Amino acid sequence: MNREELARRVLELVTEIAPDVDAATVIPGIDFRDQFDFDSMDTLNFAIALHRELGIEVPETEYARLASLDKCLEYLAPRVS
Amino acid sequence: MPSEFTLPALGADMDEGTILEWHVAPGARVKRGDVVAVVETDKGAIDVEIFMDGVIREIVVKPGTKVPVGTVLALVDTEAATVTPSPMPMEQASAPAPPPPLAPSPAAAGEGRVEAARTAPPSDRLKISPAARRRARELDVDAAALTGTGPVGAITVEDVERARASPAPAREGMREAIAAAMSKSKREIPHYYLATTVDVTPATAWLAAHNAAVPVTQRLLFAALLVKSIALACRELPGFSGFHRDGRYQESPAVHVGVAVALRGGGLVAPAITDTADKPLVALMDDFRALVTRARAGRLRASELAAPTIILTSLGEASVDAVFPIIQPPQVAIVGAGAVVDRPWIVDGKVVPRQVLTLSLGADHRVTDGRLGAQFLARIVAKLLEPGSL
Repeated sequence: MNREELARRVLELVTEIAPDVDAATVIPGIDFRDQFDFDSMDTLNFAIALHRELGIEVPETEYARLASLDKCLEYLAPRVS
Repeated sequence: MPSEFTLPALGADMDEGTILEWHVAPGARVKRGDVVAVVETDKGAIDVEIFMDGVIREIVVKPGTKVPVGTVLALVDTEAATVTPSPMPMEQASAPAPPPPLAPSPAAAGEGRVEAARTAPPSDRLKISPAARRRARELDVDAAALTGTGPVGAITVEDVERARASPAPAREGMREAIAAAMSKSKREIPHYYLATTVDVTPATAWLAAHNAAVPVTQRLLFAALLVKSIALACRELPGFSGFHRDGRYQESPAVHVGVAVALRGGGLVAPAITDTADKPLVALMDDFRALVTRARAGRLRASELAAPTIILTSLGEASVDAVFPIIQPPQVAIVGAGAVVDRPWIVDGKVVPRQVLTLSLGADHRVTDGRLGAQFLARIVAKLLEPGSL
């Protein structure tokens, strides 16, 4: 999966969890929390979705590495096949 | 005689609702708990469940119509009635019937497409993202009349905004509903407030260990521990989980803890995790997750909104230390939680870093006094500090 494809998948999952967020307006370098109040419930749902859709289990202690789209790509890219 | 299915009140502050769509047509077999209609209220679009088993005889209120609470929405031949010979053969009764012809509503006048979209079976529902559906409601745009430009022709937020260039104030109805409920509360309920700051390190440590050991789908949030602790405390100490109506308090036989959910566009709803005290933590967490997701997608069920017997409002994510919570009538108590924070704490005569939380209680002085309230808070804390037994 290339970076564009991965970014698209991540945004799909984020907007599935937060249906009131428009994927086109997400700014890659800014934390989801600061952009649209992504909270601990959203983060947990995101971790579950990553496991379900990409087969990646992110430990709770590493949630901070999923905080923005850029951080997600950096963390997830080496982990997806 | 058919039974009447009426518009339920989804809280003390709701007087009316607008039928957005029906999921059933005459002839459809329904059972108690089935979602049969979507109703627009001050709290957003709500899935309304039917409270009887039977077969839909007639849809009385057409989509697009605003009606008061208590209005007959549909007539239902209930099970008792259908065992006696009825003019309608059973095979026909259980088969999906063709949609009824609709009288054009004012909004739909001259729009053939609208009728088609509204009367289509659920599988053929309008392709529209939840965000766009909400935007359409906010802007009073008839989404069914739009052409979608999104994936598989879905209507996007942009499509809706193009259709209505001048934006309207968002969620005005919800703001009014919150104002009405809170004004009633402050006017009628003599609140007393208590707070206690607790070292919750045993709970957070237990939680971290639990979450490290289980699959991601079984991880818990701290709030789930709080919800369960409140439910168990309600069972032990009467006076906090119930309703004050017509001058008297009635304890609820079941404990349904509502959770205040902040919506991203502003506003607040507090749907219930039903039968909270009976649910194991992982099942409770599943319900909690589903509830928050649906609250934010505007897909709550009527029963969830009407059910809470007490509410937890947790503002930890907003980085405040404490909440002074306001009761939502006709309830008589609300528990507030601030953020879990690292603080210097004295343990065995030494100052050590611990994780602490300030829990608060807003309760109704017509029902309980501060002494009982203090006991109630203490029970919650005792449960919370024994997370292994929750």
